Amino acid sequence: LVLACVICSPQNYPLYIRSIPAENELKFHYTVHTSLDVVDEKISAMGKALVDQRELYLGLLYPTEDYKVYGYVTNSKVKFVMVVDSSNTALRDNEIRSMFRKLHNSYTDIMCNPFYNPGDRIHSRTFDNMVNSMMMQVC
Amino acid sequence: MEGLTLSEAEQRYYCDLFSYCDTESTKKVASNGRVLELFRAAQLPNDVVMQIMELCGATRLGYFGRSQFYIALKLVAVAQSGLPLRVESLNTVKDLPLPRFVVSKNEQESRHTAVYSSDADNPASYSGVIPPPPGRIQVKKGSVSHDAVQQRTSTDQQESTSPVVSPQQSPPTSPHTWRKHNRHPSGGNNERPLAGPGPFWAPFSEAQPGSSTSSDPIWSGHSPPPHQENWVSFADTPPTSALLAMHPASVQDQTTVRTVASATTTNEIRRQSSSYDDPWKITDEQRQYYVNQFKTIQPDLNGFIPGSAAKEFFTKSKLPILELSHIWELSDFDKDGALTLDEFCAAFHLVVARKNGYDLPEKLPESLMPKLIDLEDSTVLPVFSEVGEQTGEVGYSGSPAEAPPSKSPSMPSLNQTWPELNQSSEQWETFSERSSSSQTLTQFDSNIAPADPDTAIVHPVPIRMTPSKIHMQEMELKRTGSDHANPTSPLLVKPPDLPEENKISSSIKFTPGNTVNGYSSSDSYTSDAEQIGSTVTRQRSHSGTSPDNTAPPPPPPRPHPSHSRSSSLDLNRSFSVTPGQQQAGVVAYPPAVPPRPQPSQGAGPHVHRPVDAEGLIAHTSTSPQQIPEQPNFADFSQFEAFAVSGVNKEQEDEIETHSEVLQVEKPSDSTSSLRVAKADGRVEDKTPANVPTSAGKGTTPLAPPPKPIRRRLKSEDELRPEAEEHTQKTGVIAAVLASQPSIPRSVGKDKKAIQASIRRNKETNTVLARLNSELQQQLKDVLEERISLEVQLEQLRPFSHL
Repeated sequence: LVLACVICSPQNYPLYIRSIPAENELKFHYTVHTSLDVVDEKISAMGKALVDQRELYLGLLYPTEDYKVYGYVTNSKVKFVMVVDSSNTALRDNEIRSMFRKLHNSYTDIMCNPFYNPGDRIHSRTFDNMVNSMMMQVC
Repeated sequence: MEGLTLSEAEQRYYCDLFSYCDTESTKKVASNGRVLELFRAAQLPNDVVMQIMELCGATRLGYFGRSQFYIALKLVAVAQSGLPLRVESLNTVKDLPLPRFVVSKNEQESRHTAVYSSDADNPASYSGVIPPPPGRIQVKKGSVSHDAVQQRTSTDQQESTSPVVSPQQSPPTSPHTWRKHNRHPSGGNNERPLAGPGPFWAPFSEAQPGSSTSSDPIWSGHSPPPHQENWVSFADTPPTSALLAMHPASVQDQTTVRTVASATTTNEIRRQSSSYDDPWKITDEQRQYYVNQFKTIQPDLNGFIPGSAAKEFFTKSKLPILELSHIWELSDFDKDGALTLDEFCAAFHLVVARKNGYDLPEKLPESLMPKLIDLEDSTVLPVFSEVGEQTGEVGYSGSPAEAPPSKSPSMPSLNQTWPELNQSSEQWETFSERSSSSQTLTQFDSNIAPADPDTAIVHPVPIRMTPSKIHMQEMELKRTGSDHANPTSPLLVKPPDLPEENKISSSIKFTPGNTVNGYSSSDSYTSDAEQIGSTVTRQRSHSGTSPDNTAPPPPPPRPHPSHSRSSSLDLNRSFSVTPGQQQAGVVAYPPAVPPRPQPSQGAGPHVHRPVDAEGLIAHTSTSPQQIPEQPNFADFSQFEAFAVSGVNKEQEDEIETHSEVLQVEKPSDSTSSLRVAKADGRVEDKTPANVPTSAGKGTTPLAPPPKPIRRRLKSEDELRPEAEEHTQKTGVIAAVLASQPSIPRSVGKDKKAIQASIRRNKETNTVLARLNSELQQQLKDVLEERISLEVQLEQLRPFSHL
C-alpha cells in the first residue's frame, strides 16, 4: 500500500504531502526528510550522466522494517518520494514507476497553471484527486 | 442594543431593506415612513409593531438607525415565526426565517423598483434583470452614472420590466447554490443567480456612485468607466443586477418575488429560463461579452491567450488565487498553459459564477467544455499557424501584443496541427507512459497485476498471478530480453501454464514433440540453432550453478550433454563436427535402451521442461508416457525428484559444457555417482537422467526421455551395468564417448555402415536437440527457483535490519 506521497522542491522543502492515513503525516515528514539524503546521493552520483526518463526513477532508496521508500527526481531537481508498505510485495517496480510518471505528469499540469508560483505549496484539487485515486487504487 | 448577529442572508436582506427604506439616501436612517410601511407589510398586529419599535430602540431614538432597523427586522421575523418578542431572542433564535413582508403587487413592484432605484450604490439595479446583454449594459452604463441613480429610477422602472424580458440569461445557476431562496418554483427565477448580490450589497451601499472600482463591487461596473477599470464589471452586471433584483424578492415569498419581479415578464422569464436547462450554459450575450474581452487581449479569435496575460486578466476579478488556480485547472482543457477562445469563455464564466457566489465545480461542466473549434473550422489557416506556434510556445509569448506578430508567420498545415496537438497532448501521456518505460516486456508482464489503467496494455497470455510466476516471467523476460523476443514468449507462456495444469502443459509440450522433427520444430524455443546457442549459454550459466547442486541428491545422469555440448555453441555444429562421436554415442545408446515409442522422444525433453517450473509434478513421469500418465502428476514426491533431476541436469549440463572427451572423467564421476544414487533412490529422478542416457544409448531413433518408469527400470539396469562398466561420468555418457571414437573407424569401412551411422547421427541429433531443450527447461526451472529464493531472501532481508 502506498502510505505516503511527497513532493519536494529543489531546495528540499516539501511542496506537497499526502499520507494515508492522514494523521501519520508527521511521521512521514521525518522519513522523507531522511530519504532526501539518499536522493541527493544518487543524484550526485549520476554526475554528467544523461538525464533520460529512466534515470529519473531512482528506485528503492532504502527499506526499513515497516516500509520502503522510493524516489524519483525530475530534471529540475524536484523530488518525488513515495513510501510504500513493506508488507505489500505485490507492488511491483513497474507499478511504482507508473505512479511516479503519473505524478510527474500531474505536476507538470500544475506548473502550466499560471496562477501557480513554483515553490508554493500545491493546493490543486485536481492534483489531490489524482493522488488520492492513485494511492487508493494501489490499496 | 446588544450586538446583533445576522446570518449572511439576513445581512443582505436587511441591508436591502434598509436601502429601500433609506429614501433620503442618508445611509444612516431609514425613513420612518418607509419603515412603517414595511412593518405594515409584515402583517403584524400593530401592537406587535409598536413592541418591536420599542425593543429596537427606535422609539427611544426617534429614528431608525441601521442597527435599529436591523433589530427591528429581526424582531419582525421573530414575531412572524410566532415567537415571543424578546430582546434575548434576537441572537438566540437560530434559523429564523427572514421576515416576510407581504405587499400588494403594485406596492411590491413599486417598492422593488424603488428599492432598486434607491439603491444608489447599486448601479446595477436593473430590477429583476438577469444578466442584461452586455450591449445593454453598455447602454446603461452610458446612461447610468453612479450619480445618476435618480435618473435611473424612472428608467429602472421600465427596465425592471424590460430587462427582465431580456433573455433570461441564467448565468450559472450552479447546482449547489447555497441560496435556498434561489430555488423558485418557477423556472425563471431559478436561473437567476442570487448569490452574488449579498456580499455586494454592503459594498454597494457603501461604495457610492463614485467609482466603485476599488471595492468589491466590481459588479457595479455597469458603467463603462468602472467596467474598464474593473474588468469584472462587465459581465457581472447582468448577473448582479439580476441578483440584486432577486435578492430582496427572493427573500420574500418566492411567489411574491416573482410577481414583484415583473408580473408581465414572469411568464416570459419562466419561458426563457426553462429553455436553459443547463445551469452552466453560457448565454449568447455572455458569450459575446467574453469574446469581446478575449479580443482585448488577443485580437485573433482563434489564437491563444498566454498564461501570463490570462493571469493578469483574471486577477483583476479579485478572486483568491487559489480559486483562480482551480478555475484555470478546470478551464485549461488541453493543459497547455494558454487559453483558447473556448477555454477563455469557460474560465470567464466560471469567474462570473464564482463572483456570484456559486461554488466552483469539481469538474468542468459539459457546456463549458471547449470545443475544438480548430477541428471544425478548417478554413482559417493563418489562425492555425498561430495556434500551432502558440501551442508550441510554452513560454507565453509575452504580452498579447507580441503574440499576434509571432503568429503571423508561416503555417504549416495548421488545420492539422491543432488537432494533432490536441491529440498528441492527449496521447503524449500514454506515450510517455508506454515508451518511457524501456522495459516494455516487463510492463507487458506486469500488466497482469492491478496496474495502471491508463496504459491499458492487454496482456494476451493468461499468466498466473503468483509472485513466483511473475518473477519467473520477469526473469525470463530479462534473460531472454537479449534473445529474440519470440523465443521468450513461449517460454513465458510455458512456465505460467505449468503451475495450473501440469498435465496440460506437459501435454502441450508433448504434443509438439511427437515426432523428432516435430519436436524440434515445434519446440517453442525457436530454432534449434538459436536454442542451442541460448541453451548453451544457459548451460554455461547453469554450469556455474551446478556445483552447488551437487550437494543435494544425486542428479540424474545425463550422458548426452557430455559428448554433444562441450565447447561448441551450436549443437548442430557440434554434431556436424563430431559426427563420429555422436554416432558413437548414438550407437552406444540404442542397444542400451529398449525400443521406446517415438512419441516419447518428444515427451522426453518435455518431461524435463515441465519438471522445472513447478516441479511439483512428475512431468518426467508423465512425459515419457505423455498424457495418459497423468496420475503421476499428483505425485509430489517427484518434486524432490525433479529438484534432483534439475540438479542432475545441471550437472549434466555442466558435464556437457565441460565435457570434452578428455574432460569426461571429472563430471562423469559425479554423474555416475549420482546416477547410481539415483538408481538407488528415485525412480523418477532417473528419468531425466535416464532420458539422456537412454537417448544417448540410442534407443535408436528416439530413445529419449520419455517414460520415466520404464526407463528408470531399464535405464537403471542399463545404468548399473554401464556404471559398472564405465566408471566415468554416467555410464551412458561414458559409453557414448567410448563408442564415439570407434565410430569413425567403422564409418570409413563400410558404406552401409556409413549410412547407418548417418542415420544414427541424425537420431542422435534429434535426441541431443531434445536434450538441449530439456536442459534449457531445466535451466529455466533452476533460475526460477533461484528467483523465488531471491524473493524470499528479500522478504527476509528487512528483518535483517533489526
